[in-house]
Amino acid sequence: MQVPSHVEYERATSVEHALALLGRPDHRVLAGGHSLIPMMKLRLAQPGVLVDINGLAELSYIKLDGAELRIGALARHADLLDSAVAGQHFPIFHDAERVVADPIVRLWGTIGGSLCQADPSEDLSAVFAAVRAIAVIRGQDGDREVPVREFHLGPYETVIGPGELLAEIRVPVQPGTGSAYEKVARRVGDWSVAAAGAVLRLEKHKIKEAGIGLTAVAAEHFVAAEAEDYLRGKPATEQNFEQAAKIAAEHCHPVPDQRGPEDYKRHLVAELTTRALRRAAARAGASA
Amino acid sequence: MTMRVAVTVNGTEYARDVEPRLLLIHFIRDELGLTGSHWGCDTSNCGSCVVWLDATPVKACTVLAAMADGRIVRTVEDLEQDGCLDPVQQGFIECHGLQCGFCTPGMMMTARWLLDRNPDPAEAEIREVLSGLLCRCTGYENIVRSVRWAAQHPAGHPGESP
Repeated sequence: MQVPSHVEYERATSVEHALALLGRPDHRVLAGGHSLIPMMKLRLAQPGVLVDINGLAELSYIKLDGAELRIGALARHADLLDSAVAGQHFPIFHDAERVVADPIVRLWGTIGGSLCQADPSEDLSAVFAAVRAIAVIRGQDGDREVPVREFHLGPYETVIGPGELLAEIRVPVQPGTGSAYEKVARRVGDWSVAAAGAVLRLEKHKIKEAGIGLTAVAAEHFVAAEAEDYLRGKPATEQNFEQAAKIAAEHCHPVPDQRGPEDYKRHLVAELTTRALRRAAARAGASA
Repeated sequence: MTMRVAVTVNGTEYARDVEPRLLLIHFIRDELGLTGSHWGCDTSNCGSCVVWLDATPVKACTVLAAMADGRIVRTVEDLEQDGCLDPVQQGFIECHGLQCGFCTPGMMMTARWLLDRNPDPAEAEIREVLSGLLCRCTGYENIVRSVRWAAQHPAGHPGESP
């Protein structure tokens, strides 16, 4: 029987109330709880007080606002998977959400919680890094914006400070963009052995901008920056995709574990990056 | 330190003083004595503990009872109404959807939720929705058939033509 350690419980009734409750150093924000509660049961996390933000409906939305897709931190995985506007502009979100955990867990786990958990194997960190999303962090003194590529400091560590709350994720929407996510897991609903997300913005078949996110292979900031640099300005060809994927596989740092040895994971990175780039390019062509 | 948790379960209001760390599945089983929901893997993998929290299925081993305070919970005990089995329950009987029965409460609560959203789901959709629930007996084939049976017999009676 897995029992969390003793903990106090507070329920936030507004974002302001939540921020006021987040003053204690041993607090943890409780959203979907599907990472935090298992960690508490294993005593890997022993917070002194939980601040339950599930009642904050004002943080639960997915909407297009001008040239930005805005996702409230409390939107659930299932909300993102069900969002037509998100899927229309960023099919990568739907690709990824179909393979995050299982449908019941996706009803509760939140987008903000996934990013804040900062698990190296979490799919959405690489996805939001690939699309160059911006994290909006709210504090007593107002909002600050941090690119998702600078949001994670390391495993289970983010830039969110004491008294702060991730409020929103903003994703710039640009025409001519296609995106895709490819994941290999040992079984349905499992963490990635490796996964790759790709975003391509094309102009007359030339790559104006590329985003490549990598999951579970210890890529710095979850991205393959060298591969992105290689692709920028080049034609969207199979050959260039394969070369970029090879660069991505060389520059990440997969750790051998029960999910596979290092060489297998590098092989997956190369193959999955190629597939994701191929599909992203096809989708960019279709949307242009 | 305890806190007061008040929950409406299957239409009945309950209030108990419990520790904030108490999981919802233990609250339902041990505090309220509703043992239809099963406590299985304890790791949100198997889904035997699925109940509805405000009409949304949840793995009750991964929610605190405190989070359910002021909310509505529905468990497998509520499927039968006035002596009539839910079509999902009848489907599990008709199609032999269970052997040991351990996973069955979670399977049925998830299936009922699916059918409320989509009264006529294809087999692939049933398999997808049930993919976060584990059965170690049936190989899932009969469970999927049971849900299909329920979809084809919305009144729930055996022998009724679709």
